Amino acid sequence: MADPVIPSRSAGNDRPTGTFTVKRGLAEMLRGGVIMDVVDAEQAKVAEDAGAVAVMALERVPADIRRDGGVARMSDPALIEGIKAAVTVPVMAKARIGHFAEAQVLAALGVDYIDESEVLTPADEAHHIDKWVYEVPFVCGATNLGEALRRISEGAAMIRSKGEAGTGNIVEAVRHLRAILGDIRRVGQADSAELFGWAKDLAAPVGLVQEIATTGRLPVPLFCAGGIATPADASLVMQLGAEAVFVGSGIFKSGNPSQMARAIVEATAHFTDADLVAKVSTGLGAAMAGQEIGTIGVHLAERGW
Amino acid sequence: MTVGVLALQGDVREHGAVLAALGQAVRMVRNPDDLGGLAGLVLPGGESTTLSMLLESSGLFDPLDEAFRRGLPVFGTCAGMILLAGEVLGGRVDQRVFGAIDLTIRRNGYGRQVASFECDLEVDALGGDPVPAVFIRAPVVERAGADVEVLATLPPSSNGTRRGRPQPVICRQGNVLVASFHPELTDDRRLHELFVAMTEVERG
Repeated sequence: MADPVIPSRSAGNDRPTGTFTVKRGLAEMLRGGVIMDVVDAEQAKVAEDAGAVAVMALERVPADIRRDGGVARMSDPALIEGIKAAVTVPVMAKARIGHFAEAQVLAALGVDYIDESEVLTPADEAHHIDKWVYEVPFVCGATNLGEALRRISEGAAMIRSKGEAGTGNIVEAVRHLRAILGDIRRVGQADSAELFGWAKDLAAPVGLVQEIATTGRLPVPLFCAGGIATPADASLVMQLGAEAVFVGSGIFKSGNPSQMARAIVEATAHFTDADLVAKVSTGLGAAMAGQEIGTIGVHLAERGW
Repeated sequence: MTVGVLALQGDVREHGAVLAALGQAVRMVRNPDDLGGLAGLVLPGGESTTLSMLLESSGLFDPLDEAFRRGLPVFGTCAGMILLAGEVLGGRVDQRVFGAIDLTIRRNGYGRQVASFECDLEVDALGGDPVPAVFIRAPVVERAGADVEVLATLPPSSNGTRRGRPQPVICRQGNVLVASFHPELTDDRRLHELFVAMTEVERG
C-alpha cells in the first residue's frame, strides 16, 4: 500500500520516520506473540517477565469496565509513563474511538502503538480518527472484512478482531476471525468485475479489495482480541489464522496471572503442538470467570462504524 | 540441504519467503528435533526478550549455542542480532544471548517506535545500488570487536535526527552475519544472497 504524503516524507529528509512501512513493520515484529493488557507498572512487569511481546496500557481491564460501567477513557499519563519506565518491550495505549485529542496526548507521551478501541466509550458516533496524520501507528478492532478495510483506509497499520472484551468467552472473536478470513478467501475467488461488487457490499475502497484478491491476506497483520482466557483459546485463534493475540482480562482476572500469562505465551508460540498446549494448561488454577454472550448488557463489538 | 528459520516469534514468514525465492529449501525451527542437517539458520526480527525466553523453554538454546560454536552459518536481523551479540545493554538482566559475534549492542538504541525510520545504505560488499533499510526500534552497535568486519555503517543524518559517529549496521564475524535493520521487509534480497553464499561455502 502506498504511503500518503505526510510531513516526515518531505523533500530532503533522507531518514523518514512514521512511514507506513515502519508502522506496519512493528506489527510484523509482534507476530506469534502475546500483547497483554496492564493497568500499572507492576502488572507490566509481570507481563514482561512472562514473555509478553508488548503491553497495552488502559485505565481498567475490560471485565472491570463491564462490571463498573461509567465512561471508560484513556489512562492517566502518569500510569503510562510508569509502565514505559518499567518495561523494555513496546508500550501500547488505548484511545476512545474518534477521540483524536486523546490520541494526540498518547502520541506526545511517546507510546509505541495506539489502540483506537471500542473497549473505551466512543467519543464520536460517526467518525474514527484520521490515523494517517500521526507518526505513531494505530491498531483498530474489526468484526468483519469491510470494517477492517475501512480502518486500514483510515491509516490503521494493524487490525485485531474485536471479540467481546471482558467476557472470557472466545465465541465472538472466533466469529469475527471467521468472517474476516472467510471473506478474504471468497474475494480471492472473485473475478475482476465482481471485485467492484465486493467493494460496494463491504463499503470498502476498491483498491484494497483488489489488493487482498491478489495477495490473499490483509495489507496489515491480523491479530485476535476479545475473550481469550486460556492457552487453548490462544491456540484456537492462531490455528484459525490470527497472527498474534491480545489478552485483556484473561490474565489479571485469572487465579494465577504469572503462570497463566506464561502458559498463553507458550501456547501462542507453539499453537500447533497439542502436547505442549496440554502441558502448559495443566495445573493453571482458575481461568477468569466467563460470561455467556446472551447475558451481557453492553456489546462492545457494536461500537465502531 | 535446507536453511532454517527460527519460528518461535517474529517476522518468520518474510525470511522464509526470501529464502524460498532464492531457491532454498526452508524449514521452520521450533524445537531441537528441527535442527538436524541444516546448512544455516536465520534468527528473525521480533521481541528479543520473548525470543530469549522461548529459546530456553523450547530447549533450543543450548543445541543452537553449540551449533554456532561449531560454525553453523547464522544470519540475525534486529532481535536476531541482539540474540547473537556478546553483550546487550538496556535489556533485561536475565536475558541470555549466544555471544556468537563480538558486539556490544544497545536495545532500542535509536529510541521508541516514533523514531523508527527508513533510509538507503551504501554497502560496498553488496555492490551496485544502495540497500533500502527499515529500522524498527532498532538496536545500536556500541562496540564492535577487532575480529568483526563492518560491512555497512549508518552515517549521521543530514537533517540532524541522528548525531555522533557512524554506527555499524551490518556486521560479520566468521559464519555469523547480522543486520540491525530488516532486509526481509524490502524487495532487496542481496543480504540474504550473501548469507546463502555463506551456507554454500560451508556445504562445500
